[in-house]
Amino acid sequence: MNKIQVENLNVWFSNKHVLNDINLNIEKNKVTAIIGPSGCGKTTLIRSMNRMHDLLPDAKVIGSITMDNYNIYGNNNKNKSIDSVLVRRKIGMVFQKPNPFPTMSIFDNVIAGLKLKGISNKKDLKNLVQKYLKLTNLWDEVKEDLDKSGISLSGGQQQRLCIARALAVEPEVILMDEPCSALDPIATGKIENLINELKKEYTVVIVTHNMQQAARIADFTCFIYLGELIEFGKTTQIFENPQNQLTENYITGRFG
Amino acid sequence: MNISEERRFKIRNFKNHLMISLCLIALLIGLIPLISILFEVITKGISQINFDFLTQEIYPLGQPGGGIGPAIQGTFIVILIACLIGIPIGVFSGIYLAEYPYSKMTFIAGFLNDILSNMPSIVIGIFAWILIVSVTGWSILAGGFALGIMMLPLITKATEESIKIVPTNLREAALALGIPNWKTTLTITVPTAKKGIITGILLAISRVAGETAPLLLTILGSRFFLTSFFEPTAALPLTIFNSSQSPFKYIDWPKAWGASFVLIFLVLIINVAVRLLTREKFKK
Repeated sequence: MNKIQVENLNVWFSNKHVLNDINLNIEKNKVTAIIGPSGCGKTTLIRSMNRMHDLLPDAKVIGSITMDNYNIYGNNNKNKSIDSVLVRRKIGMVFQKPNPFPTMSIFDNVIAGLKLKGISNKKDLKNLVQKYLKLTNLWDEVKEDLDKSGISLSGGQQQRLCIARALAVEPEVILMDEPCSALDPIATGKIENLINELKKEYTVVIVTHNMQQAARIADFTCFIYLGELIEFGKTTQIFENPQNQLTENYITGRFG
Repeated sequence: MNISEERRFKIRNFKNHLMISLCLIALLIGLIPLISILFEVITKGISQINFDFLTQEIYPLGQPGGGIGPAIQGTFIVILIACLIGIPIGVFSGIYLAEYPYSKMTFIAGFLNDILSNMPSIVIGIFAWILIVSVTGWSILAGGFALGIMMLPLITKATEESIKIVPTNLREAALALGIPNWKTTLTITVPTAKKGIITGILLAISRVAGETAPLLLTILGSRFFLTSFFEPTAALPLTIFNSSQSPFKYIDWPKAWGASFVLIFLVLIINVAVRLLTREKFKK
């Protein structure tokens, strides 16, 4: 079943045409990896899915991205424009560099997005913090230090904290923009296991530079090159039997 | 290593030392006036300080005794009024300038702000004089207004600059959680920039605490404690000015040193207090 559908997506930054006619279906409760060489538009694509380009005045997005048949850019059937805030509550994001809020404790970091939902009961919040820190396998490491700063943790722990923070607002889709590129292999392994857990409840889209990572965790893989979607399919097919010469060259390490 | 290489190293080392020495000499030259001012004020001022000096009314020139109580009171109140005007307007303006860097308003307002921060204080004094004093008479409100306007561009600039250096990835993290823009600003961006904003406010206070010209035109100076917002009022810089102009150099000049000491001490106290208050919440 399709969760997110990208149709004829074009993105410009000022005059630079960064993404060219992208069409892509993201399946529900699966992990979809986006791979491609640096500067090909992977990050631009994933950031269009929760309207992070809204912040940039010279970014232009044309085409449609729908989630559950609901256009996240603007118009649904009633011609009513959709608030980007709502989109981002449904589609969470984890960034390349761990970015816990430095002015908040670990506890407050997890509930940073929750407070908006009007949950103020301390007991509820405590249970939720425990739930999401356990889900991200961080609870045992930090349960004694919940009131310490989020930036006192190691990089891998910070990233898991950020994932817990993103999950706590109960999104339906998690976008991950190279979540392991700043982490060592052990921390990376932990996050990969976590992603495997997450797809039971969430739909995951992950941008990665690391092709082994895509092969390990993704159900589907799409290869982007110079702003164009070259090939999209089941990960096994992309890696074992690519249809396009470019994909094969990239995967076998002949360029990129 | 052969001879010519060794020579090159020696020359390079020499240049290195020469450069550092020149910088150090410049630094020392710069420190001379600062240290001599502090030395003079402390040695000549501290001997004046006692309970009576800090609490008594100001005696007329030439008359021994008395104190600078009204001046301390006046300085505190005038700075308080200035803060009430300058801090909220300055901080919110700074937030606007930082959050909407591409708007036309920001371009214009940022430019005007720079002009205002270079405005001679006497001009701001005249402005307050025409606007308020010429209507209501001498008033500490006019003094606070003038100093508040002087603080405004400093606080605006400091707020703008400290918010601008908050990493974009923090703002993005907050927005990606579905936190609305204004709430991201208030709960994430401003707290992260808090230290810089408070430092800016502090510098602005220290900067206006010693202002004399605008106060001469708005609160005039007085020997008595404040009883109403619409009367001539004392302030430390005015007392320093008056006492130092006195012909009675053995009676009034020491009072000027004493008042200078108090003024510098107050600024120091404000600095230390705010530094303590804004200490890092978490130990790293």
